[in-house]
Amino acid sequence: MDNTLLEVKNLKMYFPVTRGLLRRKIAEVKAVDNVSFHVKTGETLGLVGETGCGKTTTGRCILRLYRPTAGQIIFEGREISHLKDRQIRLIRRKMPLIFQDPYGSLDPRQSAGSIVGEPIQFHKLVLNKNDLKERVASLFRMVGLDPNMVNRVPHEFSGGQRQRIGIARALACEPSMIVCDEPISALDVSIQSQIINLLEDLQKQFKGLSYIFIAHDLSVVRHISDRVAVMYLGRIVELTESKKLYDNPLHPYTQALISAVPIPDRRVEKQRQQIILKGEVPSPLSPPSGCHFHPRCPIASPECSEIIPALNDVGDGHEVACIKVQ
Amino acid sequence: MTLLTVENLKTYFHTDFGLVKAVDGVSYEINEGEIVGIVGESGCGKSVTQLSTLQLITSPPGMIEDGKVIFDGRNLLDYPANGPEMRSIRGGKIAMIFQEPMTSLNPTLSVFQQISEMLSLHLQMDKETQRKRAIELLTQVGIPDAKRRIDDYPHQFSGGMRQRVMIAMALSCNPKLLIADEPTTAVDVTTQAQLLLLMQNLVRQYHTSLIIVTHNLGVVARYAQRIYVMYAGRIVESGSCDDIFNQPKHPYTIGLLKCVPRLDEEEDRRLVPIEGLPPNLINMPPTCAFLPRCPYKIDRCREEPWPALKPVGNQQVACYVDTKLTVQ
Repeated sequence: MDNTLLEVKNLKMYFPVTRGLLRRKIAEVKAVDNVSFHVKTGETLGLVGETGCGKTTTGRCILRLYRPTAGQIIFEGREISHLKDRQIRLIRRKMPLIFQDPYGSLDPRQSAGSIVGEPIQFHKLVLNKNDLKERVASLFRMVGLDPNMVNRVPHEFSGGQRQRIGIARALACEPSMIVCDEPISALDVSIQSQIINLLEDLQKQFKGLSYIFIAHDLSVVRHISDRVAVMYLGRIVELTESKKLYDNPLHPYTQALISAVPIPDRRVEKQRQQIILKGEVPSPLSPPSGCHFHPRCPIASPECSEIIPALNDVGDGHEVACIKVQ
Repeated sequence: MTLLTVENLKTYFHTDFGLVKAVDGVSYEINEGEIVGIVGESGCGKSVTQLSTLQLITSPPGMIEDGKVIFDGRNLLDYPANGPEMRSIRGGKIAMIFQEPMTSLNPTLSVFQQISEMLSLHLQMDKETQRKRAIELLTQVGIPDAKRRIDDYPHQFSGGMRQRVMIAMALSCNPKLLIADEPTTAVDVTTQAQLLLLMQNLVRQYHTSLIIVTHNLGVVARYAQRIYVMYAGRIVESGSCDDIFNQPKHPYTIGLLKCVPRLDEEEDRRLVPIEGLPPNLINMPPTCAFLPRCPYKIDRCREEPWPALKPVGNQQVACYVDTKLTVQ
């Protein structure tokens, strides 16, 4: 596997829960618990799951916005999980982040051009002001913005345009991978598809650009990703090619998740079977023993509450974490 | 039997920047026991329409300029917004569920206090019956251990549970019509499936009518019988879900269905976005609001005012273009 761009091995991120003046640790939240996956060059990996499943924390660990509790993160052949802040800053140039909220993630007092140009200046990728101007203008064109708008401030742009500014900024330093954290959830339906198409076009244009696409919307993740990892309470329960995920979901949670997503087609909807899960996602402070999903699982048996299922390859790279699936 | 008829409703907001016609001549109806979906993007007026029927528009700047809301043979807009008639209808005959359960529940009152307020106001129940009824309602909407949880405060419930409390409150006085305004936008998809199934079952059980206001076409396809598509303050297409999802006729509806990714789609399908942006509603031109984004526009669209809804097949469509001839 020499085209592996990023490899995450047994990543763990535990957050302490403290109490009192001395901040005594009374518990911990296992936000990410033993997660392993890899991303190949030019590939899009989707991370999907419900609120609190650890998908965003995983993304933030990869960027080293958190210092992981344990595990390895190997990016472009280099182990980065223990690098110092100064060193990690140079790595982040290669894997920027696109945020969910196009309103909160852009400095309201900075002009759009300066937002996009800032990382270029920081990493000293241009020699003089004219080069910078040209580079920013070409980034603007790349994401479908008019270069004449460089002097405007964020509030003068619409939500979709603001997300384009965020994408231009991410592209500024010739990244090899972009982590997209819910990049379209805050946008209107008709605008979402414009941004999805833009991300797809950019991937074609820059051969070898990878994405980690984090979202809760299964239809969107499946559309844009080559492979999809489904997470539940800090663990990956299923990881497979996006086509197989809909055609042949193996984990009971994935099956329920897929059946819960309505398809905007009346004929298809009439024939679909719905699996309605019992109860709600348990608190990550006290997750169930064994397989985290067992209290809600329709096919659970007593041993499910004891054994922590490992993510096993059941053929063709289709990985499932369930003892009932062989 | 028609339960609610809204005729030519117009709600305008007089702002410092100009006139916003948030709802501009909207007509729709809902029958007894029916589930109807109202679909549109943010700012299309779908929520304002629902708030107007209950006269919950803040005035000023909002004003219901024209129209009729006929419910049970009476025009609700004849009553003053704060009069006893409207108060007995809100929550009593027509109940509403909002998107954000945390902000629509009072954080300083226990769940029981909030439900009992409804029961004593509308049904004049005594305290003991109220408690019994409230526990019954919470059990019905699937809150485990309702007897104990009834004295809990909203913050002690999860998002999905809060929305269940909202549903219980809305149903407490056996309303004839339930309006759910983006009821599941703030919750996860497995919870969304639980909540919508719950509402569907309750509607069947009590023969209540349900209006689901949403931007999610999938939700409408799964649960509703009829659908109204709104754009920039007007209904642009309406009809049965079977007809509209099989053959949408307004360019906006066609565009909406093409631009959302589907879970069952072919690989490498390219999304067809609707170009441009939703219009700014301040001082709109008289022509069709979708004109700047419409791929099928003809000369007539630029010259004549926004067309009224007219029947095309089994649907009602507000468009000059015969999209059947133009599309594919």
